[in-house]
Formats: sequence, C-alpha cells, structure tokens
Amino acid sequence: MRKFTRIVTVIVFIFLYIPIIVLAVASFSSGADLAVFKTFTFDRYAELFRDSTLLVLLRNSAIIAILSTAIATILGTAAAVGIHYSGGRIRKLILSMTNIPMTNPDIVTGVSLALMFAFTGTILRLNSILGFWTLLIAHITFNLPYVILNVMPRLSQMNPYLTDAALDLGCTPLQSFFKVTIHEIMPGIIAGALMSFTMSLDDFVISYFVTGSGFVTLPVEIYNYTKKPIHPKLYALFTLLFVVILLLMIIMNLLQGRDKKSKTRTVVQSGIIGQQ
Amino acid sequence: MNHELIRLENLTMEFEGTRILDNLNLTIENGKFLTLLGPSGCGKTTTLRIIGGFLTPSSGTVLFDGKPINDIPAYKRQINTVFQNYALFPHLDVYDNIAFGLRISRLKEDEIDRRVTEMLRVVSLKGFENRSVASLSGGQQQRVAIARALVNRPKVLLLDEPLGALDLRLRKDMQNELKRIQQEIGITFIYVTHDQEEALSMSDTVVVMDSGRIQQVGTPEDIYNEPANAYVADFIGESNILDGTMLEDYKIRFFGRTFDCLDKGFTPNEPVDVVIRPEDVDIVDPSEGRLCGTVTNVTFKGVHYDTIVNFSGFKWLIQTTDFHPEGSRIGIRLNPDDIHVMHKSEYSGMFGDYSSYSAEYDEIAVAEESEEE
Amino acid sequence: MKNSTFSRKRRWLSAPYVIWMLLFTIIPLCIVIYYAFTDSVTGAFTLSNIGGILDYATIFLRSIWLSVAATLICLVVGYPVAYAISQMKPNMQRLLQLLIMLPMCMSFLLRTLAWVALLEDTGILNNVITALGLSPLPLIRNSGAVILGMVYNYLPYMILPLYSAISKINPRLIEAAEDLGCNKTRTFTKVILPLSIPGILSGITMVFVPAVSTFYISQKLGSPGTVMVGDIIESQFKGAYNPNLGAAMSLILMILIFLCIGVTNKVTANDSEEVAN
Repeated sequence: MRKFTRIVTVIVFIFLYIPIIVLAVASFSSGADLAVFKTFTFDRYAELFRDSTLLVLLRNSAIIAILSTAIATILGTAAAVGIHYSGGRIRKLILSMTNIPMTNPDIVTGVSLALMFAFTGTILRLNSILGFWTLLIAHITFNLPYVILNVMPRLSQMNPYLTDAALDLGCTPLQSFFKVTIHEIMPGIIAGALMSFTMSLDDFVISYFVTGSGFVTLPVEIYNYTKKPIHPKLYALFTLLFVVILLLMIIMNLLQGRDKKSKTRTVVQSGIIGQQ
Repeated sequence: MNHELIRLENLTMEFEGTRILDNLNLTIENGKFLTLLGPSGCGKTTTLRIIGGFLTPSSGTVLFDGKPINDIPAYKRQINTVFQNYALFPHLDVYDNIAFGLRISRLKEDEIDRRVTEMLRVVSLKGFENRSVASLSGGQQQRVAIARALVNRPKVLLLDEPLGALDLRLRKDMQNELKRIQQEIGITFIYVTHDQEEALSMSDTVVVMDSGRIQQVGTPEDIYNEPANAYVADFIGESNILDGTMLEDYKIRFFGRTFDCLDKGFTPNEPVDVVIRPEDVDIVDPSEGRLCGTVTNVTFKGVHYDTIVNFSGFKWLIQTTDFHPEGSRIGIRLNPDDIHVMHKSEYSGMFGDYSSYSAEYDEIAVAEESEEE
Repeated sequence: MKNSTFSRKRRWLSAPYVIWMLLFTIIPLCIVIYYAFTDSVTGAFTLSNIGGILDYATIFLRSIWLSVAATLICLVVGYPVAYAISQMKPNMQRLLQLLIMLPMCMSFLLRTLAWVALLEDTGILNNVITALGLSPLPLIRNSGAVILGMVYNYLPYMILPLYSAISKINPRLIEAAEDLGCNKTRTFTKVILPLSIPGILSGITMVFVPAVSTFYISQKLGSPGTVMVGDIIESQFKGAYNPNLGAAMSLILMILIFLCIGVTNKVTANDSEEVAN
C-alpha cells in the first residue's frame, strides 16, 4: 500500500514536470522545433531581452495583476469583516453570491462580462469599451472570492473579545481594525492576495474575452502566438518565469516554516487560556 | 466618600424574541466591589456588556455620575474591562499590551512608561515587560489583562468571569490578589461570576440574578444568612427548604411542630418557605430530638460528612463532623437562629429537597455552568 | 458577539462588495440570459438560439464524457498521491504541496504546447519509440490525447483538496479504528475514505468545471472529431460571431454544470451515509 502510493506519486510528479522540462530544454536549442534539440545556445534569452513588445506585455500583466489584487484585497477584506458580523440569511446570501464566480466555468464568466461590456458599449454608443478598464474590472471580480474565502476563516478563528478589548481601551472602531483585527487576519489577507496575484497573472480565458486590442496581457498574447508557428523566445520567457516562481516559492516555503513555528505558539497559548 | 456612581434604570434587553434582561434596576456605589452572581444565561454578562458599552439595551437607561450614557460608545466611557479569556493582543508584548490604551489617548512616552511600570508593580509582574503574552501562564495573563485595564485609570473596572480559566489553586490566590488590588486602587469593581464562593469571599455587595431579574442585593452575609427567596437560598450554599406556616411573629410551624424563630412581620398564618442550612443542624440522640429521622446516605467530604436524613419522607442534607452510619436513627435540634423564614415566591417548591440527592451534585453543578453566550 | 452595538455598523462593510458583485456577476448573468433568448438581428424574443443548440448535442455529450473520464482518472490517480503526501514528514508535505502548485502558476498554453511536441507523430515520444525499433504510435489528435491534456492540466486541482481533506483527519480516529479491530483496508474504506469525501467533492468540482468548458486543449491535442463546447462558444465570440447562440450555449453549459455538481453531491452524500452505516 505504502509502496504503491509512493510509486504513483513519483510517476505523477514526472508527468507534471515533463512538459516543463521539454520547454526548458527547448529554450537552449538553436532550432525552432520543440521536439528536436539542435545545438546549445543562449540566443533565445538574448532575443527575449531585445524584444520590447514582450516586455510591454509582461508589464501589462503585472499592472493588471497588482492593481486588481490591491483593489480586490481591500474590497474583499472589508467584505469579509462585514459578512463575519452579518447574521443568518444575509450572510448565506452573500456567501452564495461569492460562490458563483468560483463554480462558474471561466469561459462563462468571460462571456457574461464580455456581453455586459458589449451591452454597455451599445448603450453608451461607443464602438468598443474593451481594454484596460474592462480587464481590470474582470480581474477584480474573479479575485474577490479568493480574498474573502481566505480572510473569513481567520476572522472566525479570532478571539471575538479582542476587538471589544480595543474599543474598551479607547480605540474607535476604525482604530480597532487597524491596531488589532488586521494583525490577527493578516495571514489570511496575504494568502488571499498571493492567490489573487497568481490567478490574475496567469489568467487567460476570462482576459481573452474582455480585452481589446489596446491593452493585451501576456497570456492572451501567447494564445495568439500559439495559433501561428511559435517563436522559441517564448520558451526562454517560460523558463525564466519558472525559475522566478520556483525561487519565490522556496522563499515562501521558508517564511511559512517560520510562520508555522509561531502558529504552534499561538496554539499552545490558546490551550493555556482555554479558548475553545 | 461613597456616592452613587452607576445607576441602571428599567433595563430591558431582548434579542431575537428572547428576553435576556427584564426591567433591571440597580444602583452601584463608588469604590465598591460589586458582584453579579448567577447561573449561565441569567443575564449577568449582558448587564456587564451594557455597562461597558458593547451592547445597547432594548429599553432603559444607564446613568454614570447621574448622566445617561446610553449613546456614549464604549471607547469614550471611563470604564475598562477585563475580558473572559483576557483578550490580550497576541501581536504585542506585555509592555505594549498594557501601554495600548495610553498610546491610543496619545500620552507622552515618558508618562506612559511611568504608568506602565507602576502598574506592573501593582500586579507583581516586574521584569515581564518584553515577554510575549503567549509565553505567560494563565495567572500571569490575567494580571496583564488587569494591568492593561487599570493603567487607564478608569472609574469602574468590569471583570467578566476573569478567573474561569484558572485552576482551583490559582483561582484562590487571584481572589485575594484582586481584592488587594481593588483596595489599593480604590475604584469600583463590577465582577461577574457563577461561582458563589468567589462572590462571597471578595465582594462588598452581591447581586444574585436569575432569568434576567435581580433576586437579591446585599452584603455576602445578608445573602447567605437572609436569602430573599428559595432560589437565592439554593444557589448560595446548600439549603433545606420546607413548607411552613408563620403562626405569628417569632413562631413558625412546620412538620406539624411549632418552633421559635427570629423572624417577624409576616401576616398571621401566612404560608412561607423555611430555610435550614445543613451546617446549622445539631444532631442529638433520638430521645432528645425535636424531630427524628433515619440516615439514608453518608458521604465523606473532608471537613465534614454529608448526611442525608429521612424525616417521614422529606430528606434533609445535614453537614456534621460526627459520623452517623446509614440506617441509624437520629434526632435533631434547631435553635431559633438556625431557622430562616422567607415569603413564598415563584421558586417555592423547586429547590431544597434532597430526595434525589446524589453525591455527584457538585460535579453536575459545575458541568452545567458552561460559558455564557 | 453578533448582537453587539458595533456589529450592526460593521455589517455595512460588505456593501461595496455586494454592489460590485451585483454589477459584475449577477447583471452579466442576466445579460447572458437576455442574449440567449433574443434574436441577433431584430432583438426580439426567440427560442431559436436554445433550439439551435440541438445541432450541437453531440458536442455537448462529447464534452461531458471527455471531462467525466478526465475527472475520474484525476480522482483515481490523485487519491494515492494525496494520501502518500499526507503520510510524509511536515517539511516534505509542504515542499510537495508547493511542487504540485508550481505548474499551476505556469502558462498552461505553453505547457499544453509541450505536450504537442511530446505526442506528435514525429514528436519526442515517437522518436523514442522508433529509436527502440518499434513503429510510431498515433498519440495525438484523438480523444485520448484530449483526456491526457485535461488530466495533466487539472490533476493538481484534484490533489490539493484531497490532500487537505486527508491531512485534516485526526490520526486518533485511525488509531481508534485499528483499536476496534479494523485492518488497514477496512480502516481505509470505513474511516479515511468517508472522511475525505469533502475533499473528493471539491476535487471533482474543481477538475470537472474547467475540463468541460476548456477550449484550448482540444484545439491543440484533439482533432475536428474532438471539438468541445468551449471551442464552439469561443468561435461564437471570436470567429463566427453569433453572441446570441454563444450566450445560449453558455447558459446551457452553466445549467449542465450546476446539475452535474448537484448530482455528484447527492450521490456522494448518499454513499457516505451508506459507508457511515
């Protein structure tokens, strides 16, 4: 049993990483064909850095990801606090609304937003309103549930008397949020923001439907590229992004390891003071 | 000097159709240690949270120094609270927890430092300044919570079951400690607990509550010796409660016999509840007893024996240091000051019969006293 | 705390979010319904868009069967992996969790393209096969390749919820089962499996929903014979441009998915009750 599951695990990891290895290897090949390795070269990386359009696309993706994450984090955290203090029916209603973008397939979300933007465009008698703003709105919309679903559990784990204690000691409700609550729910906020950021950076399906020709993100443009014979400098870009994300994850892992330790401390503490 | 500090007028609290407080009236004097005592769900914590400003009463007025404060939010009241489980801020160390309120009111750092250091002395936590609150024991966290509240020099300190999470030994120490701190600081303490022993040993005034109503207000001695009704008599200590008739002043009749007592002012032949504390009963030889009964159960309790005696079907609890084996015939004697007479109330007949006595009654009582709300 | 003086005001903090979701989730869905029932030229009410879907019934059925197959494979393959990870040391668990998430963060378009290179008639795998002296296999442009592409892309979405459900199971429960006389297999079927049902459910949802609506995998790894709903919807907006038909299809797809999720939840809920009994 143990042996069997381990063998499956090893095979699955090979399966998950083979295409990544293929792309990484191809990024050092002088040929254009993914399947054939010609000779070793760094040319693809040189081309990549000379290619200003790719850098613009990367910048666009980053702008959308950062802005949508920031706005979704603020809106979503506020919403999570609001939902936390709402009772019964309202809470249920808002949470099921939150679930809609989570269970709807991306293509339906994309299509519905595209249709609404088209509809709004017709009303405003504009030819097309698709572009930066529609893209930003779409990204905020699909990021919001991630923030809320990460922050909510933190709020319910929080000792409910902490905010009362802050008010008791003279904080206005706003001060009590920034001086106490936010510290307690920070791990949830960070997790939600990180998830939003990666989702947003990587999103292709929804962006594809709501973006215009004026403002294009990297994944959408990659899709356009892959319809034609693809330029191998994309493999170099892919490999670079892979290394960056890998490094980020290692750093996160180390940070998390530290966080885990402090978390066990809080568990010990809650045991002592007997909260639940 | 003692003067009225807080007055609760016709306080009523309803939540989702349930009446949690029912027309509550209470005056709290300056500098007193007052305890709200009652079982879970009696409304004591709700009362405290209304005084603290965390709940708005459905109707009624809270007066502070003679002025209504219903509309003043918690953060503007000169009242501080020690919360259940202390609610220390986990992201701040001991010093910063205590300094929290002073920093919010933007005091100068050297003033803050002076007051925090002074407070650490009062709660005997010198040297703990930079410890994280998570590394403290329950008793130490408790002291930080008290210091964090008192450092703001409130006129009233509210304490919401602050000793509930501590073990028995620590609880006794903290009771003395709290009383000492209250006397040293000299401000009003309003203390909420379900532990009658805690209430009796610390308070100047005890307020016994049940079902959102005040059952009795008085000194611990009053509450114990002169319970207002069967509920109070049963909740505070152990009581045998019997049906009786007040023949005239100083004459009470129960079990078909007439006894002398110290109570007066009842209408002649008024039906009353009679309270007899288990430790007041003297066991004598059956031949000398006013009443005779059979011992049905004996439990060793350390300082005394809990002896259940059957008096023609009605069972009494008697606490005595002498051992009387099960099945033995005994007599009892009652002195006039052993008998306490109360008017009939809605609680009559509900308490004070030990027919279903079980040696585990203490444990059962503890299990029922789970946290409020 | 819900009835506290301050909680009533705090509730309003969710108002901006609610307005946002009304504007950008609820209203768009209403517009989808509106488009689905109106004529593309006249704007009049019509059922012809919905009716027109009948022409695509086979494509709908194919999408469902391909994605159900992919979901089941993900479950069967993902469960042992999730279980194996949950049995490892905490540090190893964290590391493997991240390694499973890592491919999810990379462009799925390019990774799918890499599978094209692997499976092509003259691709890497066939090169290996011919080098071994065997005749090349038709690995691409068939249903199998599409299912493989889906499994590859969505397997992490199965493993992660399974892992989180399995790792939350209190080890005392497993000890208790063994103490009460269950052998390893019975402990698994009587305790671990029923307790991981929430994970199985969310895993199924997280794989099935994107799989049934995908429109890239089938384009690259499939053939004209494996066109899926997603491809047809995409072409209504980016090629043939018939948004009304596209809206009708999206609507039906959405309803189908809600039905499928509903059925899965019910079936699994019943199963878990049976197991519990």
